[in-house]
Amino acid sequence: MRFQHQHASHCESGVMSSLLRHHGLALSEPMAFGLAAALAFAYLPFIRINGLPLIAYRMPPGTIVRALDRGLGLGVRFETFRSPEAGMARLDALLDDGKVVGLQTSIYWLPYIPPDLRFHFNAHNLLVYGREGGEYLVSDPVAEMPVRCARPDLEKARFAKGVLAPKGRLYYLTRQPAGGDMASLARRALARTARVMLHTPLPLVGVRGIRWLAHAVERLCRRAGDDARAKLYVGHIVRMQEEIGTGGAGFRFMYAAFLQELAAATGYGALDTLAARLVEIGDEWQQFAFSAAKMIKRRIPFEPRALGARLRDLAAREQSFFHELNRTRLAWPA
Amino acid sequence: MRERDVPQEGNATLAGHRKALYAVGEDGRLRIVPSRGWEVEEVVTRQAVEDLERRAREARSPLEYHMYRARMDVSMLAAAAGIWRWRVRWHLRPQVFARLPARLRRRYAEALGISVEALASVA
Repeated sequence: MRFQHQHASHCESGVMSSLLRHHGLALSEPMAFGLAAALAFAYLPFIRINGLPLIAYRMPPGTIVRALDRGLGLGVRFETFRSPEAGMARLDALLDDGKVVGLQTSIYWLPYIPPDLRFHFNAHNLLVYGREGGEYLVSDPVAEMPVRCARPDLEKARFAKGVLAPKGRLYYLTRQPAGGDMASLARRALARTARVMLHTPLPLVGVRGIRWLAHAVERLCRRAGDDARAKLYVGHIVRMQEEIGTGGAGFRFMYAAFLQELAAATGYGALDTLAARLVEIGDEWQQFAFSAAKMIKRRIPFEPRALGARLRDLAAREQSFFHELNRTRLAWPA
Repeated sequence: MRERDVPQEGNATLAGHRKALYAVGEDGRLRIVPSRGWEVEEVVTRQAVEDLERRAREARSPLEYHMYRARMDVSMLAAAAGIWRWRVRWHLRPQVFARLPARLRRRYAEALGISVEALASVA
């Protein structure tokens, strides 16, 4: 079967959606994202990127592939390699065998990504569906069209070092996906997301993580006179939100799309109401980004306290939303 | 976000690419809509890129310059080259870098994705 490229919002959910479609199971990107319970929030100040904290708006890389593998019984096989030669040889063998192969790569070394967006992020997922001469046929979900990537570039991207080093990780399906019982899978996924957002014992994850970040932002104004550094911090939050992956607002919109699709697929209308509420929360995240950018550009005065207040408001909204999500799940007629 | 509100501001940072976003259409359903970019993203991306460019300009040695040019910091370069962090910090000093043995230069050059000759100078 010829492989069909799909433009997606986020790399990992996009890869899984395309891969499953290729194997005959039509699962949209939002469904892949939602069923894997990939929505989250985490503020991790002890992981530094150019001296700034890691802020994630979703579960750690690899979650979607593994959760769908377990939920749908895909028999995904993961392989990592000690030497680049072995890793490239194995990729070639799988491709010649007609497999579509998922890869974990560093986005910095991929030549078709716009230069300004190339940072050292080691968990960018993409699919390879063939090779021609010295080039690989790549379906990168965040690109509009399929692209080509030269062998040395792909090798460099697969064997980048550092945090989350991919070690040439590749994965592929070994079974024809059957598609499970969507409703029970979805119910479990909703429970997991609500639990992560509301009841993670770490105060840095979920709704409490948003509050912790709010606190960190409010503290910025105490270090007076260092506006440039404070602005870099705020800009970093927005960049993690909007540019890396698909953004905090983007993930919220995608999860809302999941709730809508789930409502349509199962006929449980209460999920539609939830989707509409989550879209509003996503809009608020965008407003936060918007005012942060205006402050960076000095169109309005730089006031970390106002940004902190916005984050606290978002935390409150998400808290009540995920409680409602959990109640809706419990009230779901079996 | 409504479909008609999806930003199409032509970000230079996207270099002509379009990003897929989910937005609410006229019928109230969320669907994928390609976006030419949002100024907010451009502001924060440029801010991050410019900060790295400033650090590269203020670099003390060619190694430090190329480290920031490759958008790395000390811990990333250390991991990429397989050299301890404090040693990398030591090698960033101009006098130390000038005397760096060829073997180490090769490792740094490979980690940064440039040639050994390019590593020797700021250009």
